[in-house]
Amino acid sequence: MVWRRPPRPFVAQRDGSVSLNLSDEERRMLARLLPQLSELLEAPDDPGLRRLFPTAYPDDPERDADYQRLMRDELLASRSHSLTTVIESLEVTELDGAQLDAWLQTLNAARLVLGTRLDVGEDDNPMVMPSDTDPDAAAHFTYLWLSELLEFATAAAMERLS
Amino acid sequence: MTPLAADTATAPVESEVGSPDTRLAEDRPWVVIVWNDPINLMSYVTFVLQKLFGYPRAKAEKLMMEVHTKGRAAVSTGPRERAEMDVYRLHEHGLWATMQQD
Repeated sequence: MVWRRPPRPFVAQRDGSVSLNLSDEERRMLARLLPQLSELLEAPDDPGLRRLFPTAYPDDPERDADYQRLMRDELLASRSHSLTTVIESLEVTELDGAQLDAWLQTLNAARLVLGTRLDVGEDDNPMVMPSDTDPDAAAHFTYLWLSELLEFATAAAMERLS
Repeated sequence: MTPLAADTATAPVESEVGSPDTRLAEDRPWVVIVWNDPINLMSYVTFVLQKLFGYPRAKAEKLMMEVHTKGRAAVSTGPRERAEMDVYRLHEHGLWATMQQD
């Protein structure tokens, strides 16, 4: 089966903005998914979030405790802010640079949480669709879809840099 | 890179607060390391390195490939406070970054 995605979801414009071409279904999926991430962030000790709050000093627990004490709340606030920015821009058709940054960080944060939950490994081919019998098929599909969106968002962001 | 070791070797010891060894340890630059992980996209990692450090595309891609093939790459070097800020911004973008002294 050949499936062609209609227009690219993120397209860098000459004026520096990025047009956001998502289908209604995609916008609905994000509107369902992202509030779940907000809820998770309210319990930041959840092991599924470990990839969002990594260790800075792996060899020095004392210094790492200091780093976490100083930076963790800031990191949490930054993640919440990006997430809110994306949720508030779900219906728009054009993003500015700050909104695009929020989309990049939030799409990636959602992939980190989902990928951790699915235990994605180094040898997993991200382009292989899950089989119908896989109990996690829906989550895998969401992960692949978020990966595709992030790939396009990154391409648009790179274009803005050059 | 700044030759910090040479400066320290010629500095008069009696004018220093604390032992020369302690000062040497504090002065040694910190290295920020990005580790390979199975989730982050190669293109996204390249973009983040370009955006945060202002590296040209070719340098960011080379570092990304080093992370991908060798498991890790040193992406920046500097005093502790700056390294910590770099680590924070990499964490903010979802990369797996740590810091250690040279």
